[in-house]
Amino acid sequence: MATRIFGSSIKRREDPKLITGEAQYLEDIQLHGMVHAAVLRSPYAHANIRSINVEEAKAVDGVIGVFTGKDFEELPALPCAWQAGGVDNNANTPRVLEIERVTFTGAAVAVVVAENRYIAQDAVGLIEVDYEPLPVVVDAEEASQKGAPQLHENAPGNICMDWACGQEEGTEAALEEADVVVKQRIKNQRLIPTPLEPRGAIAQYSPASEEYTVWMTSQAPHVMRLLMTAFVFGIPETKMRVISPHVGGGFGSKIFLYPEYCLVAALAKKVGRPIKWMETRGENYVATTHGRDHISDIEVGVKRDGTVTALKVKTYANLGGILSTIAPGIPTTLYGRMLSGVYKIPNIYCQVLGVYTNTAMVDAYRGAGRPEATYLVERVMDLVANELKMDPSELRRKNFIPADAFPYEPADDILAGLKYDSGNYEAVLDRALEVTDYKAFRQEQEKARESGRYLGVGFSSYIEVCGVAPSAWVGVGGQGWGAGLWESANVRVHLTGQVVVTTGTQPHGQGHETTVAQVVADELGIPFEDVIVQHSDTLGTPFGYGTYGSRSAAVGAVAVYNSLQRIKDKAKLIGAHMLEASIDDVIYEDGKVHVKGAPTESKTIQEIAGQAALAYDLPEGMEAFLDDTAYYDPPNCTFPFGTHMCMVEVDRHTGQVDIQRYVAVDDVGRVINPMIVDGQVHGGIAQGVAQALWEHGVYDESGQLVSGSLLDYAIPKASFLPSFELDRTETPSPVNPLGVKGAGEAGTIASTPAVVNAVMDALSPLGITHIDMPLTAERVWQAVQQNGNGG
Amino acid sequence: MYPFNFEYHKASSVSEAISLLNQHDGAKVLAGGHSLIPAMKLRLSDPGVLIDIGKIDDLHGINASKGAVTIGGLTTHSDLAASIVVPIGLSETAGTVGDQQVRNRGTIGGSVVHADPAADLPTMLVALRASFHISGPTGNRTVSAEDFFTGMFETDLEDGEILTAVEVADEQSGTGSAYSKLFNPASGYAMVGVAAVVTVASGKCTEASVVLGGLTPSVMVASSVADSLVGVKLEETSIAAAAEAVQNDLGSDVLGDIHASADYRRAMAPVYVRRAVAAAVERAG
Repeated sequence: MATRIFGSSIKRREDPKLITGEAQYLEDIQLHGMVHAAVLRSPYAHANIRSINVEEAKAVDGVIGVFTGKDFEELPALPCAWQAGGVDNNANTPRVLEIERVTFTGAAVAVVVAENRYIAQDAVGLIEVDYEPLPVVVDAEEASQKGAPQLHENAPGNICMDWACGQEEGTEAALEEADVVVKQRIKNQRLIPTPLEPRGAIAQYSPASEEYTVWMTSQAPHVMRLLMTAFVFGIPETKMRVISPHVGGGFGSKIFLYPEYCLVAALAKKVGRPIKWMETRGENYVATTHGRDHISDIEVGVKRDGTVTALKVKTYANLGGILSTIAPGIPTTLYGRMLSGVYKIPNIYCQVLGVYTNTAMVDAYRGAGRPEATYLVERVMDLVANELKMDPSELRRKNFIPADAFPYEPADDILAGLKYDSGNYEAVLDRALEVTDYKAFRQEQEKARESGRYLGVGFSSYIEVCGVAPSAWVGVGGQGWGAGLWESANVRVHLTGQVVVTTGTQPHGQGHETTVAQVVADELGIPFEDVIVQHSDTLGTPFGYGTYGSRSAAVGAVAVYNSLQRIKDKAKLIGAHMLEASIDDVIYEDGKVHVKGAPTESKTIQEIAGQAALAYDLPEGMEAFLDDTAYYDPPNCTFPFGTHMCMVEVDRHTGQVDIQRYVAVDDVGRVINPMIVDGQVHGGIAQGVAQALWEHGVYDESGQLVSGSLLDYAIPKASFLPSFELDRTETPSPVNPLGVKGAGEAGTIASTPAVVNAVMDALSPLGITHIDMPLTAERVWQAVQQNGNGG
Repeated sequence: MYPFNFEYHKASSVSEAISLLNQHDGAKVLAGGHSLIPAMKLRLSDPGVLIDIGKIDDLHGINASKGAVTIGGLTTHSDLAASIVVPIGLSETAGTVGDQQVRNRGTIGGSVVHADPAADLPTMLVALRASFHISGPTGNRTVSAEDFFTGMFETDLEDGEILTAVEVADEQSGTGSAYSKLFNPASGYAMVGVAAVVTVASGKCTEASVVLGGLTPSVMVASSVADSLVGVKLEETSIAAAAEAVQNDLGSDVLGDIHASADYRRAMAPVYVRRAVAAAVERAG
C-alpha cells in the first residue's frame, strides 16, 4: 500500500493564488461597459414610506437610472426556504426594494445606477424619501409582550412561530421530583458575522438568449440560481448562470438570497449593461444578516448525586425585522434538538418563540443554533456543579452518554428520530485533563487565591451536528427545510489519466481543492497532482446545496467517494478485458487493476482511462469514458464532539480577562487533512472566544445599530489570544464510508462556554455564578463590585 | 467608503504647503491619512481639497541635541516606538497606537492636530511638557502641548498653519516616564490612558506630571495626583493614595460608550494612574 494521502497535512494548493493576490474576488472582476449600483437604505428602524423623490438624483451627470420598489412591483417578495417544521410560520420576507414599509435600519429602498461608484454614491445622497416613523422595538422578549409595536399584520404579537420539542409534562414532573432545581436566565447576544469581504454581485443580461449571468459572493450558487429563477423572476432555471468567484469568508452570512442579488440581476436587464454592486462595511453591518440573539430561561433538575434528570428551556429568538432565507430553521431544528448535549438527560422540553423586532435579519452564523444550544447546556452544567459543590469535570463525567450506548437516541424524541452516530466523551475529557494537568492547575489556583489573584478553568464538553440530512428527515415533511440536503460530485478520468472532479459544494476558505483531491488520489491510487477540483459555477458543476453546516466533507466528499467506487468498478471491467482475465479474478489496488496473486499482470488506471477514452477495444456494449456522477443523501447526520478547556486570570481591579491557556481536544471523526482541520479549529476558537469576551451587536432603543463599524464592533485580534493547544481523538463516523464528521464549526461551538465557565470559576470565591456575554471588563468589574468589593 | 470629490495637491516644502493651504478654503493637510481618510470615506469629512505633505523632507526624522529631542511632524508611530533617543514613555505610548499597519502610516503630527480625545500621543506629550513647532503664513511659533489641546478635536492650530515638529526634553537619569492604557477592544483607542513622568532624588519624588486621556473631551492634567506625589517616598501605598486623588481632577464631564461607561472609566482612572506611576518610578531607577 502506498503512503496514504488521506490523513496527511498536504499544503493547501489554493494558497499560492490567495497569498500572492492573484485570486479573483468579486471586486476584482471588471466587465466591458460595466456600470455601478449604490443602494439607499432606510435610516429608520420602523417607518412607512410615504413617497420617494428621485428627480434630483437622476439629474446628476453620470447617473444612468434611479429606481425604487415601485419599479420592481412585479417581482414577489423573496422566498423563506426553511420554515420551522410542524408549526405555522407567519413568514414575511424582504422585497427587492421595499415599497410601503421598512422594519429595520438599513432596509433597501432605492438604487442608483451610474457610470462609477462615486457618482452613484453622490446621487444616493440626493434621493428624498418621506418617511412616517413608527414605534420601534428591538428586544425579542419585549416585542412579544402586549402593547409592543406591531411589525407585521400576519404576525400578531410579533410572533413568527411558536415551536417546541421534547415532552413538556414529563419534564415538568421530573422538575417537581428533582432534589435540586437550578434556574437561570441566559442571554446569547447578537453577533455580526464580519467576513473580510462584504457582499456583492455583478450581473449581465443577454437580450438575444434571454440569459442572465450573475457573479455573487455566495456559499451556495446553485441554490441562489434556483431561488432567483423559480421563486423571484419566474423564469426557467436554465436562463441563469450563477458563479461564485473566490469568496472572502462567509461564516453563514453568504448562504442566503439577499434582495440586492436579485436587484442587480433585474437592473442588468433594465439598464442593458453589466452592473456591479458591492456593499460597504457599513452596509454589511446594517443589511447583512446577524447571528444568535437569544434570551433563554432555563430550569434544570438534578439529584443530589449530580445526575441531571430534567431540562426545561424557553427561548425568545430574535429573527430581525423580516425573515432571511433560512432564519426560522436555525433556532428550532439546529438549536432545540441539540439540547441534550453529550449528556443522558431523561426529560427535556424546549419552547422557542421566533420573534420579529426592528433589527437586521438574524440567520445562520458559524455554528448556527448549535453554539446557542451548547452555550446553554455547558453553562447549565457549571451552574449545577457550583450548586452541588461538585467538580465540573466529575459532574460532566457522571452525566455523559457512555461510549457503549451508541448509536444513542436522546430522550423525549428531541432529535426527532435521529441518533447520535458515535462518540466517546470520556476519552476527550480525560485527554483534556491530562494535557492541562488539571489537578496541578487546581493547586495553583488555590495558591493564587491566597495572594488575591483570580485564576479560573472552564470546561466545554460539546456535541454538534454536521452534514445535516437525510433529506427525508430535514425536508418539507420533517424539519421544514424546503429542499433536499444531499450533495453531488462528478468524477471524470480523462484520456491522459488526469482526473477532473466537479462538486456542488462551494469552498470559501475551507480548502476543498486540496482535501477532495486527497480523497481522490488515495482512492484511485494516483498522484495528488493529477487531480483538479472545480466548483462554484452552475455551468459545469452538478446541482449541489453548497457549503455550510460543516457538510462539505461529511456529505460532499462522500459523493466523490461514491463516484470513485463506480469509476473503479468500470476500470476493473476494462482492466480485466485488457488483461484477458475474468472480472472475478482481478482487483483494483494502488492505481492498478491486476490479476489476483499476480501483481505484475496489471494495467494502470492511466492505461485503462486511455482505453476507455479511445474506445476501440472495450468490453461488449460498454460506454466510452470513465465518468460518474453521484448524489449522496446520507442516512443520518454526523455528530462531532470534544472537550475544550480554557484557563484565565481575571484582573479584579479592572475586570479584564486574560486567557492564559486554551486546550482543545476535538473528535471530528476521520481527518482528511490535519493541518486544515487545525486551521478550522483555530479560527473557530477565535470567533467563539470573541463572543464570550468582546463581540456584541448593539441596537439603541430607536433601532440604530450602535456597533455599526469596526470602531465599535470588537472582532478578535491575534494579540488578544494565546497560542491554542490542539489535540484530537478519532472516532470514525459509521454514517459514511469515509468515517468523516465535519470540522468547520466545532471551534466556534465549543469555545464560548469554555471561556465563560473559566471566568465564572475564577470569580466563584466571590459568589458570582453568571454574567451575560460579552464578558467585557466593565461587566466583570461590576459583578466583582456588587458581589465581592474587589477582594 | 466612497468619499466626495476632492482636489489633491502635493507640496514639496513647508512654505509651499502653507501657501497652498491659504489658497484653498477649507483645505485639509494630508499626512499619514489614518484619521482623515477614513472620515472622508465615511463622508463625515468633505474638505474638498487635500494638501499632501508626505514628501516634505524637513518634516521627517528624529534629532537629539543639547538636551532636546526634535521629532519631525511626519515621524510615524512605528519610528517613534523604535526610537531609543525619545523618552521611553513616548516610545511606549507610540507602540500602543492602533495596529502595526496603522503605526507604519500614522504620524505624530497627525495624531496631535487631530486631537482625538481617545488618542494616545497627546496624553504623553502633555505629560512630557512637550512643545509644538508651528509654521503659518505669518511665520513660526511654538506652543506648549498643554496649551495646544483646547477641546474635543479642537486645538490652538489656526487655519493655514502646519505643525512641523514636536520637541521634548531628553530624559535625564532619575526621571522615568510610562504609559498605561485600557484599550477599547474594538478600535484599540484608549478608554483610559495615563501618562506619568516622575523624577526621583534621594528616594523621594521631586517632580511629577500625570496626564489622562480617553476619559474627558480633551487631555486632562491630573495636578492633584502630581501634588500628592511630590515630596513623598514613592512606594505601593503612597502611589495608591496619590492615585485616588485623580477623582479631584476628573470633573463631571467623563465620556462613556458601549464599551466603557463613564462610571467605569472614572473607577478605572486611579487603577491606571497607579500602574503608570509605578512603572515610571521603576524607570526613574
